Amino acid sequence: MSGAPVATPPDRAGEAAGNPIFEARNVSLRFGGVRALTEVSFHINKGELFSIIGPNGAGKTSMVNCISGRYRPTEGRVFFKGKDITDMTPNHRASLGIGRTFQNLALFGHMTVLDNIMVGRHHLLKNNFLTGALYWFTGARQEELAHRREVEEIIDFLEIQHVRKATAGTLSYGLRKRVELARAVALKPDLILLDEPMAGMNLEEKEDMARYIVDLNEEWGMTVVMIEHDMGVVMDISHRVMVLDFGRKIAEGSPEEVLADPRVRTAYLGEEDETDDVQQEVA
Amino acid sequence: MAGTTLIPSGDFKTSYGADTTVFPTATSRNAAILGVAVLLAAPLVFDNYWLNLLIQIGYLGIAALGLNILVGFTGQISIGHAAFFGFGAFASAWLSNSFAIPVALAIPLAGVMTTAVGLIFGIPAARLKGLYLAIATLAAQYILQDFFARAGWFTGGVAGTIAEPFSLFGYDFDTDASYFYVVLAYVVVMFLLATNLMRTRDGRALVAVRDHYLSAEIMGINLTKYRTMSFGISAFYAGIGGALYAHYLQFVSVEGFTILFSIQFLGMIIIGGLGSIMGSLMGTAFMVLLPETMQALTDSLSGTVIDRALNLKDSVAFLREMAIGVVIILFLVFEPDGLAHRWKQIKAYWKLYPFSH
Repeated sequence: MSGAPVATPPDRAGEAAGNPIFEARNVSLRFGGVRALTEVSFHINKGELFSIIGPNGAGKTSMVNCISGRYRPTEGRVFFKGKDITDMTPNHRASLGIGRTFQNLALFGHMTVLDNIMVGRHHLLKNNFLTGALYWFTGARQEELAHRREVEEIIDFLEIQHVRKATAGTLSYGLRKRVELARAVALKPDLILLDEPMAGMNLEEKEDMARYIVDLNEEWGMTVVMIEHDMGVVMDISHRVMVLDFGRKIAEGSPEEVLADPRVRTAYLGEEDETDDVQQEVA
Repeated sequence: MAGTTLIPSGDFKTSYGADTTVFPTATSRNAAILGVAVLLAAPLVFDNYWLNLLIQIGYLGIAALGLNILVGFTGQISIGHAAFFGFGAFASAWLSNSFAIPVALAIPLAGVMTTAVGLIFGIPAARLKGLYLAIATLAAQYILQDFFARAGWFTGGVAGTIAEPFSLFGYDFDTDASYFYVVLAYVVVMFLLATNLMRTRDGRALVAVRDHYLSAEIMGINLTKYRTMSFGISAFYAGIGGALYAHYLQFVSVEGFTILFSIQFLGMIIIGGLGSIMGSLMGTAFMVLLPETMQALTDSLSGTVIDRALNLKDSVAFLREMAIGVVIILFLVFEPDGLAHRWKQIKAYWKLYPFSH
């Protein structure tokens, strides 16, 4: 479907156990007296599709913010590709290869879709205000056009060709979600963080989004971290799942293991009979 | 910026290069080239009064474009723009008077010096937002104004300073007709540079910082760098505008660069259209021509019944300022996107007639 650059063949969860791309060690995050995260440790393997689930307020987005750099953990360290990134600014982390989307849309509302996605190329482009202003004489034109070509591949992949010249703020919710994903993909991240990519979507849009995510993981070779409330999707496409509750990690493992964990049942999936319903849904 | 441009059907782009041009269509490009060509003939047609107005629109338009990059594109605020404009004027005069640097070289150098000053005052911009930033730039306005009055070595103190006329290859551009070409060349170059900037990496980063600074940072944009840089670029344009002003009047006085002048710059870009490059020029033209129009209006009213009843003749200046204030309010209410947006709508109306969209 796309001329996506095919990177390394996807490592399956179990096979890649010894190859973490990201690691959190005893991460705690406090806002005054509120403990958003308490001593959370986990790792994400290269090539994995890793989901973080948990009830509302469990600390999922806080965890993702600690990875992308919007929050700095109060205690503990985070490592990316073996490097300690705890003290790095978000823009520095982006240039290392961490991209993300937001739970509440965070597009550049007055820019066109194309410009939004081109912003994702920021750390890959070399031209600056001087060479950019002297467009024709400094090679900035060639560079911009080369990146435009690659961005068009992402636009093809996410099927947003028809809106590429539209102002981002005027698009429908589902389209905006896709543009946001395109912008994160444009960063060419090794690790892409998706904060509720399917929230507020109808079934068809969810199916499309699930397909994009699986393709990103398997064809584009990106390691995906996903926060999602739709259990059907999480259980279907994740390789491994981590469950947070009140800022603590209560379970981690394959979707089946997590689903079978009694603590998860009581904390997240609720009472006994409801759990059965969910399992039926999943099946 | 915002809003899509109407491209005539059948005008298909077959390369990314053709889709990334300065002007969206061949017609608009030819119209712009024709416009510049017509302006080249202006000194043959217009008298000095009109040339003076056009030159004013030119150098003020360059400075207004700088402010638009800061306010319209980056979403910062500055109420000290006139001080940077003044600094550019003094810097260029100082460079050519004290170091015998040719004026043609002193103007861009003055732009660079003003950039340095702008960067210094831009440092707080990285940490402040909205009203707080406005107050910080107000400080820049007063500090620089005070500096102009005290730094006699630089500005000639209260007496002001003489500025050499612009000269190139032994030819002095000291008449309105000849200086017009200098300003026109600068306007074309500075506006092209800004257009290029806004369609490349750093220009997009500036707009991204304006629209959503949190996600801009996640996209790898260094907020501190770009907020400060925006002040630098804005000061560069102000400096070039100011330098052109200095060598036009050939005299710079310390009194002109007040906060009122700064607010007039803000008026220009609001009326022209925040975040629009051509809007900066339109707004400047509007602000320069408005007082003249008001003057003409009051002149034609003089001696009539209305004049005798209201006694307008003595309060023309007052009426002018009031008209500017009223116009800014009317624009904020009815056309917050400015003249540039209105112009787009007029074009769309003609293209789509008789349908409304």
